[in-house]
Amino acid sequence: MASVLIDGIDKNYGPTSVLRGVSLSIADGEFLTLLGPSGCGKSTLLRILAGLEVQDAGSISIGERAVDGRRPKRRDVAMVFQSYALYPHMTVASNMALPLRMSRLSAFQRLPLLGHLLPGTARTAAEIEVEVTRTAKSLGIGHLMARKPGQLSGGQRQRVAVGRAMVRHPAVFLMDEPLSNLDAKLRVQMRAEIKELHQRLGVTFVYVTHDQAEAMTLSDRVAVMLDGELLQVDPPQDIYADPDDRRVAEFIGSPKINMLEGVVRERGLIDLAGSTLTIEADALPGAPLTLGIRPEAFYLVDYGGPGALTGSVRMIEHMGSDLFVHLDLAGLDHPLIARLLAERAPHIVPGQTLHVGVRPDRVLLFAGDGRRLRRKVESGRASVTPIREIAR
Amino acid sequence: MSANTHSHRLLPPAAILRQAVLLVTGALILVPFVWMVSLSIKPPGEIFRTSFSFWPAQFYGVENYTRALTQAPLPRYMGNGLIVCAMILALQIFVCAPCAYALAKLRFPGRDLLFGMVLIGLLLPHQVLSLPLFILAYQLGILNTYAALIFPYVVSPFGIFLFRQFFKTIPDDVVHAARLDGLSEIAIVWKIMVPMALPAVIAFSIFSVVGHWNDLFWPLIAVRDQSLMPPPLGIMAFKNEEAGNDYGPLMAASTLVVVPLVIAFLAAQRWFVEGLTGGAVK
Repeated sequence: MASVLIDGIDKNYGPTSVLRGVSLSIADGEFLTLLGPSGCGKSTLLRILAGLEVQDAGSISIGERAVDGRRPKRRDVAMVFQSYALYPHMTVASNMALPLRMSRLSAFQRLPLLGHLLPGTARTAAEIEVEVTRTAKSLGIGHLMARKPGQLSGGQRQRVAVGRAMVRHPAVFLMDEPLSNLDAKLRVQMRAEIKELHQRLGVTFVYVTHDQAEAMTLSDRVAVMLDGELLQVDPPQDIYADPDDRRVAEFIGSPKINMLEGVVRERGLIDLAGSTLTIEADALPGAPLTLGIRPEAFYLVDYGGPGALTGSVRMIEHMGSDLFVHLDLAGLDHPLIARLLAERAPHIVPGQTLHVGVRPDRVLLFAGDGRRLRRKVESGRASVTPIREIAR
Repeated sequence: MSANTHSHRLLPPAAILRQAVLLVTGALILVPFVWMVSLSIKPPGEIFRTSFSFWPAQFYGVENYTRALTQAPLPRYMGNGLIVCAMILALQIFVCAPCAYALAKLRFPGRDLLFGMVLIGLLLPHQVLSLPLFILAYQLGILNTYAALIFPYVVSPFGIFLFRQFFKTIPDDVVHAARLDGLSEIAIVWKIMVPMALPAVIAFSIFSVVGHWNDLFWPLIAVRDQSLMPPPLGIMAFKNEEAGNDYGPLMAASTLVVVPLVIAFLAAQRWFVEGLTGGAVK
């Protein structure tokens, strides 16, 4: 068990800067996810953490000891790779036993035939076998021990890779997109198993993914990375509802958050897309703003007017309990997506004109540079808008 | 291979033409070989007869093969060939695998330059180096020993190149996993890379063994002692000293020398083809 401290990590590949001043503190036993699109540097950061790559600046501490310059095996970390990286010429049992053989047997004891003759080898080998078997059983792969990785399915290989990491009882588990080679159904199942594994082992997990669903469901905290920078580190619900940066808001959430350009008319009023919303903004009149509105922050109203947005329905996506309605608004080049409850909005057809209201407390304001503008919501102001809510 | 021919099924005329070309080429390559086997079972009188028949009128195989085995120290030559080929192969793999690993998976300054030098080494015919190697062997005082037969081949640019290409196809993650599992770089080479590159190792082994078993040029320069001669040189000596124009036993000896190679190739054929094509497309 150990905490992890990442302090000011820089990494360049030639002229390309991959990581810029990444600092992050991970508590003992925490499940932290590094989330970002491919190429954002999250895997590189994980490799630096493991000691597989060397940073250009900054330092890494694991369990309050600096581990810079230490070889991977001396860092007390285990890693599960996206490609599983099993040894194809070894059986499952040998794959899982290898880290233990390397750490517990001496070089002489590992010799193919001679090693067995040395004192202690047989006893240690038997202990290793017991541990490997126990771990394999706990992962449900006890019956596969004699097989080679080529004879296993994707999910089974995944378990072997996890097992190989587990047998060492590392202080920190590193996982590099471990589920992205699995099919959708298995992914959900393995996701639950990884969560369970974390709860059972209670050790620190650092998990890299580009899949926000994985990040949101698994993590204690999510660290959103973009272009080699850490944008925000917060619990999943805060990342979603209270992003610090426009890029975080846009990356998280499906369908994507609606971004609308608006201008402050006067205190408490913002003009956008031919309408005026009653929203308190900490900005001077005339200042341009971007409003980030999640699809579920819209609700259906029966007529247009101040505080409502009006557009024509381009497309409807039925998702069972919800509808995703794509609305073309005057002056917007991309459609607005509103998530409406299916039972409350049964008669919508493409081409129809629709009015939607916006929950003012759910509107996120961003300045021109993408920085979030926090504001105090005056609930009283929102309720006096002359709009009757008929759907959320 | 077979999948390939199925997917490119040709029209009958084209198929016939292709088969014909292959048959003729195959026959051209096989004829001397068949002739050698045929001569090895003929009595001296029949060998120089003007009419040709594959099967002898009088079967003389037992006499020819007995003379081949008894008049010249053929088993000794073959034993020499075995020792020399085995030593060369073992040392080649011992040297080439770590070199290839460094060139394929480690990052260090000058790596590309070193690999370029390996490629240059690949271009040089071995005969070009024979005089300097001879002088070197003389200076080392190892002429007319097994060591003289072995040392010029210990570093094989072809082996380094072949292994390096194969190691490149092994994902970096496997190397990373091995490092995390506590393997040293040398252990990664022998426990992970070489076993994973087994098809390449087998293909290289066949090339190496065939090449050095059949080599005549360098042994001719390096050894004079008959007890050190590998098979082809031994047969040449046998021809000069013992057989004269007695081609029957000579051909019997030649056949015996080739037999181990044919057996080895047939046994390893599957890996051989896999090793030569596998690295290219994976």
